[in-house]
Amino acid sequence: MLKSRRTEYLVAAILIAPFVAVYGWMFLYPSLQMIQFSFTNAPLIGAGEWVGFDNYVRLFNDKIFIGAIWNTAYFVLLTVIPGTIAALAIALMVSRLKGWMQSLILSAFFLPYVLPITVVYLIWQWMLDVQFGILQQVIEPIVGQTVNVWRRLPWFMPTVALLTIWWTNGFSILLFLAGLRNIPREIYEAAELDGATRIQIFFRITWPLIWPITVLCLTIQLILQLKIIDQVYLFAQGGRTQATMTLVQFIFEQAFVKNSGGYASTAAVALFVIVIVFSVFQYQVLRIRVAQ
Amino acid sequence: MNAKRRINLGSWLLSGLTVIAAGIWFFPIYWALITSIRTDDEAVRAGFDLIPDAPTLGGYTYVILNSNILRWYLNSTITAVSITVLVVFMAACAGYAISQLRFPGRTLLWWTILASFMVPIQALIVNHYVIIAGVGLLNTYPGIVLPMLIAPVTVIVYKQFFDGLPKEFREAAVMDGASEFQLLFRVFIPMNWGVTAALSIITFIGAWNTFFWPFLAVSVEPMMTVTVGITQVQDAFGVAYARVMAGAVMAGLPVALAYLFFQRRVTQAIALSAGIKG
Repeated sequence: MLKSRRTEYLVAAILIAPFVAVYGWMFLYPSLQMIQFSFTNAPLIGAGEWVGFDNYVRLFNDKIFIGAIWNTAYFVLLTVIPGTIAALAIALMVSRLKGWMQSLILSAFFLPYVLPITVVYLIWQWMLDVQFGILQQVIEPIVGQTVNVWRRLPWFMPTVALLTIWWTNGFSILLFLAGLRNIPREIYEAAELDGATRIQIFFRITWPLIWPITVLCLTIQLILQLKIIDQVYLFAQGGRTQATMTLVQFIFEQAFVKNSGGYASTAAVALFVIVIVFSVFQYQVLRIRVAQ
Repeated sequence: MNAKRRINLGSWLLSGLTVIAAGIWFFPIYWALITSIRTDDEAVRAGFDLIPDAPTLGGYTYVILNSNILRWYLNSTITAVSITVLVVFMAACAGYAISQLRFPGRTLLWWTILASFMVPIQALIVNHYVIIAGVGLLNTYPGIVLPMLIAPVTVIVYKQFFDGLPKEFREAAVMDGASEFQLLFRVFIPMNWGVTAALSIITFIGAWNTFFWPFLAVSVEPMMTVTVGITQVQDAFGVAYARVMAGAVMAGLPVALAYLFFQRRVTQAIALSAGIKG
């Protein structure tokens, strides 16, 4: 018995070893190093001196960092709720279709999700090119002139938010479709027999039953978009990045442009805390779902 | 009769709207495809022309001959396949151990994995860079791969699936004298091929698509992944949009095909990672 238990420990150790090694080296160690760095004035590469809470004091008084928080919040506001509503609308439309028609239409809505961000970036840069972009033919009659959306501040975030919704919405659409499929047909049939209208059916049956999925989509999107950097970085490069800087971009700029690894780590710790607070909230939501 | 006809009409209208919406949603991809097979002159011609006059692969040949794109393809393939194999293998082993074996620290490990699910990996870019630079792995395949091996969700999904298998399988196999390794690779993984396939495809797509880490880890052009490299093509070619779109189409093609061929698996993987069993 003792021998077999020892074998079990050994087998378990071998099985978890690769995962634990990588996990320790690429996750736990950098996390701890990040916290340690955040109390130093280290450059990106090389040792720094201990400066206590100086970085934190500086961070909370840093106008660019506060700006990055606002920009990120603005981006989250522009993407999360509008995106989830759009996804629900699309899922409702797609769920009515049947067979190959449904697969085809769903693929059209889902395909952008599997593309790399750089491809999405190139496509939209082309679509909105100030001289030759096809969408300028839509913008021009409305605004009266062509608009270089990546260099005009009021246009930048809404445009990036729009194409982010276009890019990432496939995920939420799939979740909503799964949720809609789980609603038993009999409920709808009974409601139709009772003479309920389409709108009544939606607000009395579909909406309450799909609400847990809606909360799930909202929280997943919220956490995802808090970490936005790729799109904003790509579209703003070569321009005034500061005005549209987001949180992760701030970390990147401090570390790789301003060469202050310590201060960048301080900002990273702040991002850590923000995301974990929202994640705990998400975890609670998920747990409620699992409990149901 | 009249009411029924009205419902039918409404239903047709809604279906029509759906098709139009899907068309609009797909349009940017169509426009990229169509631009990529135009000549550069035709691509920038004013107007709204849905069909190219004389389709040409000129943009593609230009990109292939004048950039490192084939090399980038190789880099992307090597790194994305390595990441997929390693992530899935490590997760299956760890998931099995946590689900089926009893060992000291098991609960602690499980909770650490669950907790790390919440941590934003993006916050670690600075320290990943410091660590990878410290061991001299910048501009190498291992340097690109290592930080992208953190995938707690994959372990969580495996553990849950292995938990769901009936205890009898394990007991019967143990009676027959099977070792734990045989159990894992001959029984548990084969019985969950669907999950492994789904997780592999979604991991591959994710690895191929990752931009920021490979962008930081690589500074020499021949070592870039295609996802990063195509932004270089654009800088080099100026406003030659047919060529830029040809590069974009080539970069997106493998993942788009992976999705179109394995649609059901991708759908399943997304449901799994969101915690909805499907």
